[in-house]
Amino acid sequence: MKTLLIKNAYVIDPIQNINGETMDIAVRDGKIVDDVKNPDEVIDAQGMLTLPGGIDSHTHFSGTKVNFGRYMSPEDMRAGRTSRKGDMHATAGYSVPTTYGNSYRYAKMGYTTLLEGAMAPMEARHTHEEFRYTPLQDCLANTLFDGNWFALQAIQDGDIKRLAGVLAWYLSASKGFGVKLTNPGGTEAWGFGKDVSCINEPIPRFGITPREIIVKMIEANEMLNLPHSVHLHCNNLGKPGNYMCTLDTYDAIPDLNDKRQSLYSTHVQFHSYGGSSWKDFCSKAEDIARSVNDKPHIVIDTGQVMFGKTTTMTADGPMEFNLYRLYHNKWSNHDVEMETGSGVIPVQYKKKNLVNAIMWSIGLELGLLVDDPWRCILATDNPNGAPFVKYPEVMALLMSKEYRDKEFATLHKSTGKRVILPSLERELTWNEIAIMTRSAQARALGLVDYGKGYLGEGAEADIAIYPIDVATTDPTRDYERIINGFSSTEYTIKRGEVVCRRGTCTPEGNHATYWVKPHVSPKYDMSTDSTFIDDFNRYYSIRMANYPIGEEYIGRNVCMETEASI
Amino acid sequence: MQEIKDMVCPFCGCLCDDVTLEIENGEIVATDNCCAIGNAKFLGKNRLKNPIKKVDGKWVDITYDEAIDTAVDILLDADRPLLFGWSGTHGEAQCVGVHMNEILGGVIDSTTSVCHGPSILAIQEVGHPGCTLGQVKNRADLIIYWGCNPIEAHPRHMSRYTTYADGYFLDNAFRNRKVIVVDVRETETSNVADEFIRIKPGGDYAVLSSLRAILRGKGDMIPDSVAGVTKTQLIQVAEMCKTCKFGALFFGVGLTMAKGKYKNVRNAIEFVDDLNRHTKFTLTPMRGHWNVYGANEVMSWMTGYPYAVDFCRGVAFYNPGETTAVDILARKECDACMIVGSDPAAHFPHSCVEQLRDIPMIVIDPFQTMTTTLADLQIPVAVTGIDAEGTAYRMDGVPLKVKKAIDSDYPSDTEILTRIYDIMLEVKGL
Repeated sequence: MKTLLIKNAYVIDPIQNINGETMDIAVRDGKIVDDVKNPDEVIDAQGMLTLPGGIDSHTHFSGTKVNFGRYMSPEDMRAGRTSRKGDMHATAGYSVPTTYGNSYRYAKMGYTTLLEGAMAPMEARHTHEEFRYTPLQDCLANTLFDGNWFALQAIQDGDIKRLAGVLAWYLSASKGFGVKLTNPGGTEAWGFGKDVSCINEPIPRFGITPREIIVKMIEANEMLNLPHSVHLHCNNLGKPGNYMCTLDTYDAIPDLNDKRQSLYSTHVQFHSYGGSSWKDFCSKAEDIARSVNDKPHIVIDTGQVMFGKTTTMTADGPMEFNLYRLYHNKWSNHDVEMETGSGVIPVQYKKKNLVNAIMWSIGLELGLLVDDPWRCILATDNPNGAPFVKYPEVMALLMSKEYRDKEFATLHKSTGKRVILPSLERELTWNEIAIMTRSAQARALGLVDYGKGYLGEGAEADIAIYPIDVATTDPTRDYERIINGFSSTEYTIKRGEVVCRRGTCTPEGNHATYWVKPHVSPKYDMSTDSTFIDDFNRYYSIRMANYPIGEEYIGRNVCMETEASI
Repeated sequence: MQEIKDMVCPFCGCLCDDVTLEIENGEIVATDNCCAIGNAKFLGKNRLKNPIKKVDGKWVDITYDEAIDTAVDILLDADRPLLFGWSGTHGEAQCVGVHMNEILGGVIDSTTSVCHGPSILAIQEVGHPGCTLGQVKNRADLIIYWGCNPIEAHPRHMSRYTTYADGYFLDNAFRNRKVIVVDVRETETSNVADEFIRIKPGGDYAVLSSLRAILRGKGDMIPDSVAGVTKTQLIQVAEMCKTCKFGALFFGVGLTMAKGKYKNVRNAIEFVDDLNRHTKFTLTPMRGHWNVYGANEVMSWMTGYPYAVDFCRGVAFYNPGETTAVDILARKECDACMIVGSDPAAHFPHSCVEQLRDIPMIVIDPFQTMTTTLADLQIPVAVTGIDAEGTAYRMDGVPLKVKKAIDSDYPSDTEILTRIYDIMLEVKGL
């Protein structure tokens, strides 16, 4: 019965409508309670901003393609090495840190829950192995279905219940959390080196369109009563003029859930491009934000780009090949049979590159133009737009017009003709930043019911205490203090234990893997469906019996069981 | 008699997972679906009964407790320990090895450095356009085997994943697929090829460059013969590659260890890269040991580098050619060694084997090997896939759980290494 009392904390907890109150927080056995007598440990948080632990709802930090980023990039590993110190293991890597590097650096920033954005179910075992060595955060994994043959077949056959059954089997088998679509249909086309142009073009072999895939997946997702919505990486990522495709996609999205969004649209910066080529490339963030503002059933994350070196990695294999043909440095590709694709290439975003400067502006424009912070999540699609260690700078940019103007002055001189960023006066508040970095994520992922994202009684005691005195800090002027303060917590607390103090971490943090297990009727249980079993064993290169991930791979875990309507 | 299906074979990088084992009286007595090499491993004898230690030049039997204490003493007493092997054990044990190396400040390296190490160097320069093996099985209408002989080294590769494997887009795999074999000599594999390109030893780089030149429309600069290959054949092969729907190039140590080494692999990758501007093409190294790729994966996520990682400065340092096992031994820098799941005495250059003989050496291996004869201590362990279980990564990066078929009293690699590591932590006060 371990107890902890945090005294005099300056709390912002948007889920509980607490916007800057000084209060005490009591913790017993990893959960927040009303009060504790004679606590084992007392922390005085006088004058310190105290928030629920940060949640990253779209980051690439574990699994096959992340590890390929490390494997192929000794230059990136050299750029971020620390030696073993106390209990902390050695780390390496800047844009693709080792598992301990990810865990320690996220903990230092107050992040306690991470969602791996894209896991090929066939290689899920690898993702879970890396989760085991990411000791200070709860981990979840979106499971890729964009090119899943059984799912696409069910859509072609018009059998949405069977589609739901397929999703249920794969989610449980891979110990996954949510349904992820990356360039739906495009990754299957990439199997023969092709891509799709947008949502209305039929895909090879199955003859269905990405529009059908997206809509039917949303319907099936809701039949399973999953905590999270479909998580979509739209078609046409990174192409000039792709905003039309994004708008068409949004127009096609049904509103099927009254508790949360029906679609989580990820790294939208990469999908908000105007122009017909790189020559007339420009921002269309206004159009995209307007569409999002009109559609309460859509949540986005921004996919902010920050300048410097990073590594891009995505299941979107054809996109990575296009990007490689622009950069000409090195290209890795890894198609996963019957499921999806992937690609990895290193990139450098430069201030004096007009396209890069526009991309940077678009991310910020989205953050400022979407009215409701609950539907606009702060993320860089780590490490695609920038490594996650840049988050504090993104927060500061959104909070300070002065800082934005100062940065903008250093960009390619034509940037102002292609973006509207300099005309945006909005400066986000502390409360809005708290929403965009934890509360909105908890709600969008459906984790509030599991005690995440707030500091009320019964919640998980995941707490970030920052050395920022809100009373004496004007975020519109003191942006350096914002950056420093959000870069390193005074305390990061995971399930009631201090796991990081001013950057010094403990070896273990009681972390857990969250996964879903939808219960379906026997008719839609693929584990006993003879067509499914026969085709599985015929076309996969491994046996179905060897596919599911056993519980021994996930250690401490939270199984989120749901009752499906099929 | 008990029959267990869908077992994973712990021999080569194919990790065939459709093996049937027959068990009688707690022993494996027969296998089905297995190749001859896998079968021999499942039915293998020659396992050590207990730990042995060399005292005054003679082997004496010792207990596991004594063996663990001896191993700890040897490693903690060393200035520059080398932890080598790892391709013959499961990932969980490799993770313990990395942690151990971190507190020892030693060098950890896998057998990669003497097989596909050059492939990784090339990948670090230009990347790796690849895919899982099922992608090849379902789609590829052109297969190239370059510098490898799967019929003898990966006996089920062709029947499970390529030439003879029926796939979705090929109703008759054998007829619809073309197979090109590139080698310096005739082999069993070249005998079944549609096209055999026989290269003079050391000519791989030139042949790859010629093919690339033809692809780029610069065929007129190619002489009539390149490294023993006629221009006519080169043009024909380039055309086959360019016009296939899905091509897959597999390569072995015949390419990585031939003259040119990593430059050969780099050229092969860039050949595949060029081909992707015409059609779909992928490339896959034919990894040898069943979990050599797993060792690269584990070291990458734990240290940042796939092999040859030196922790002597506290941070992970990687410089193949300097921090690789062969180089450390050849320079006689290494003053103690622990070998896990491999047999360097059978494969290393003579001078390195001499150095292994002259320093204290611990071997953790189920079987007596050539290396056993030079060791000071051997700790027998359970065999992953037979009486131990754990994770392995197939040659294409697909992770599988290698399951256990029978129970035995042998501890697993993970158990032994964890016991050694725990004592080290205690001694070092960590």
